[in-house]
Amino acid sequence: MASLQHSQAIKGAKVLMVGAGGIGCELLKTLALSDFQDIHIIDMDTIEVSNLNRQFLFRQSHVGQSKAKVARDAVLRFRPHINITPYHANAKDSNFNVDFFKQFNVVLNGLDNLDARRHVNRLCLAAEVPLVESGTTGFLGQVTVHVKGKTECYECQPKPAPKTYPVCTITSTPSKFVHCVVWAKDLLFAKLFGDKNQDNDLNVRSNDAARSSEHAGDAFEWSGNEDLEQYGRGIYDHVFGYNIELALSNEETWKNRNKPRPIYCRDVLPDRMTQQNGNVDRTDDLSSASAMASLGLKNPQDIWCLMENTKVFLEALKLFFTNRRKEIGNLSFDKDDQLAVEFVTAAANIRAASFNIPLHSLFEAKGIAGNIVHAVATTNAIVAGLIVIEAIKVLKKDTESYRMTYCLEHPSKKMLLMPVEPFEPNKSCCVCSKTPLSLEINTHRSKLRDFVEKIVKAKLGMNSPLIMHATALLYEVGDDLEENEIANYTANLEKVLSELPPPVTDGTVLTVEDLQQEFTCNIHIKHREEFDEEKEPDGMVLSGWTQAPPEKKDGKTSIGNGASTSRSLPTKVGITEIDIEVKEISDGIVSPGTKRKLSEFSDGSTVDQSSDVDETRNNKKTQKHDDDDDLVMLDHWDGNMSKKRRSP
Amino acid sequence: MNGEELTEQETALYDRQIRVWGADAQRRLSKSHILVYGMKGTIAEFCKNIVLAGVGSLTLVDDRAVSEEALSANFLIPPDESVCSGKTLAELCCDSLREFNPMVRVSVEKGDLASLGAEFFDKFDVVVISCCSLATKKLINEKCRKLSKRVSFYAVDCRDCCGEIFVDLQKYNYAKKKTDGATECELQYPSFQEAISVPWRSLPRKVSKLYFAMRVIERFEEAEGRKPGEICIDDLPAVLKLKKELCEAQSVNESHVPDTLLERLVMGAKEFPPVCAIIGGTLGQEVIKAISSKGDPVKNFFFFDATDGKGMIEDISNPNLES
Repeated sequence: MASLQHSQAIKGAKVLMVGAGGIGCELLKTLALSDFQDIHIIDMDTIEVSNLNRQFLFRQSHVGQSKAKVARDAVLRFRPHINITPYHANAKDSNFNVDFFKQFNVVLNGLDNLDARRHVNRLCLAAEVPLVESGTTGFLGQVTVHVKGKTECYECQPKPAPKTYPVCTITSTPSKFVHCVVWAKDLLFAKLFGDKNQDNDLNVRSNDAARSSEHAGDAFEWSGNEDLEQYGRGIYDHVFGYNIELALSNEETWKNRNKPRPIYCRDVLPDRMTQQNGNVDRTDDLSSASAMASLGLKNPQDIWCLMENTKVFLEALKLFFTNRRKEIGNLSFDKDDQLAVEFVTAAANIRAASFNIPLHSLFEAKGIAGNIVHAVATTNAIVAGLIVIEAIKVLKKDTESYRMTYCLEHPSKKMLLMPVEPFEPNKSCCVCSKTPLSLEINTHRSKLRDFVEKIVKAKLGMNSPLIMHATALLYEVGDDLEENEIANYTANLEKVLSELPPPVTDGTVLTVEDLQQEFTCNIHIKHREEFDEEKEPDGMVLSGWTQAPPEKKDGKTSIGNGASTSRSLPTKVGITEIDIEVKEISDGIVSPGTKRKLSEFSDGSTVDQSSDVDETRNNKKTQKHDDDDDLVMLDHWDGNMSKKRRSP
Repeated sequence: MNGEELTEQETALYDRQIRVWGADAQRRLSKSHILVYGMKGTIAEFCKNIVLAGVGSLTLVDDRAVSEEALSANFLIPPDESVCSGKTLAELCCDSLREFNPMVRVSVEKGDLASLGAEFFDKFDVVVISCCSLATKKLINEKCRKLSKRVSFYAVDCRDCCGEIFVDLQKYNYAKKKTDGATECELQYPSFQEAISVPWRSLPRKVSKLYFAMRVIERFEEAEGRKPGEICIDDLPAVLKLKKELCEAQSVNESHVPDTLLERLVMGAKEFPPVCAIIGGTLGQEVIKAISSKGDPVKNFFFFDATDGKGMIEDISNPNLES
């Protein structure tokens, strides 16, 4: 094989990097060292302190500056003569259109969210530019190659949906700490500090809805001259005391559950806090930005007792109203907002205490609330190296040697880095194979707005959609719309499907298109009356974008199109349980390979270290032979097959 | 909680990695002392990783002057000012590394590695060497083994698209994570000398070819009195001849060491940056594991070849050594 190192293809290549974060910094450095001369890099983010442990191109003094620009300057210090073009912008901006993508020989992703990955995937498909995609979580990582028509696209396998919880688990029956965090963040924090016009489930779910919201109206509004501690105690008693009493009155709920106990502020903290920490004189930034600092709590890894949580709750609330009153009404939870994290931690812990759930430290609560992805420099460095190797193969059009590679925490078949042949495009993929989808929906009850939000944006990942019923336009987003068009579309959004002009009913085919992504999709509408509130919370079910049926190809290098979530990249939210079926093909003899289970946790919970590699069984069946070019292959993934294999 | 707690500054900076390996491992890291020798691309990658991870101190030894070759895969050295500055490789890398993390003490020790005494090595918990001759690898490994305390030893090399890590943790105890808690495990490592003396015939046939190829190159450079990496395509016939002799002496088929692989290693003495990143990253992870006594460490070789993309662990221990 011609050396990868001295490839002419590298010097002439123009590459686009999307993301200048953990993987991005490593990637830009490795590309520059490997003799790439023309690199463009997009990142909308600015530098934060928690980036510095791995994003080595950045320093403390760069905090707040554009990642793309600082990364460029840092790399030019050791490779002054190459061209790096930074864009401090969102990759989804309309100027990064298909024509923009077409100028590149290869696109390299170092992203941290599903949305942007899908967007870039579509643009690469439309521009016919190869994409090398990557992701890491802790010690786990993967690199995949997506070349239109040759390998599967990023969306050929349905991606696991972000983890959601049934509403009543959050509002009434939490059983895990994460439920309390979601409650504290999405309900309580949003109710107190967020947009007052937003729907909020904080009260409406209790048995006596009318009574409780009436009561709530009093408790949550601050009159403006009321003593802030008094106000805080009022909210405290309302959400941790009164609301729990109310919930307890519904005997049915607690038949098979442990009953929560109401907690009232006076029982935990009989005396007023009245500056007991002597911080009257302290007007430094720290104690006004942090309840912990003002209360003298130091270690974010400590678990506070109920009294400490109560103090933090009251103090944080007070600080919001005294120092950040202007922001109230527009705040949304941000993991980098210390005071917000403190408030949410305290509120989640008090609720946890009420439901007899173990309390957690601020450090842990922050990880859960912020969906913080575990990240270390080493995995990012390894993944960046693998990306460059694949990029060089792509530039050399060395199709046969493309690989997707997994970085494992525990070796499988003695491998820490496991290459696998890429999969063929999924023929039922609605993105790269244009397969139509079908949608079950109540056409008499669901509004066009529900369809746009829950399907077109959330499920199909479109930014600026256009919806057509035959030749009639139902909805469109764009800068160049006439006023009457905008009025028309806005009116349409509030109409139920069956009352749209023309009506959308059972059997209608809608065409949904994103002009920027050059992605079109046909959706067959099927009317359905009822949906299960817990299992189908969207009130609609999209299908058709499924795993391809197992289908064998000829020859040694055959691999399935079968779906396995293993190929999903760690997404920012949600837990991805991934199963890799590893098979070894030796002289045509297929041995039941190693079954390895990986868990990718990206939501702040601990990484599951379990590994059930059955080495002995594997060794026994492995044939010895001289050809060591054996490939590790992913099998067709099929629930039944894998069950059979599991029990020998 | 034992020992000092992490400071607020440390918790903020190391937030994302504490979520991976825990506060206890972070505390151990911050008290560890690392020595590296051979400031080329792979070691530069490793140093970056370990400084970012937040070790207590990192000491660099490499008195060589900057050369074109030393710059090729090393992002720690700005090319313009470096050549005429009169500074050694270690001094130049030290300046850059300090900037990566002000909480880590990065320093340079002058002198010839081989002549440094036991009291020098005794200061470290981890010793990592690269670009060393066969004799130096053996010598440093033995020095580490003779110390009263346990020092983790690593020897690493990258050539062309290939990389090798040798690991000697001596007698090593660690916590192996299971689904329900952790269990204590003990591993016994052979020395470098012992590991490379394992009869080739006794190894499984599927063992990485790279293991044999690296031994041939190592022996060739030793026999010819070359510096590590001082080899080129003109040497190929002599290398192939040596390979034949070694295979005969070890009574194994010559196909154990493919000529094409040797050719690549002879031609590409220069490091390939993506492989430096992969080997330097893997080595970083292994050192973090060893310091924190957490997670299964590599025993005792790791090989990577970009042409097949596999990152393999091979256990090459003398069977008589089994305890």
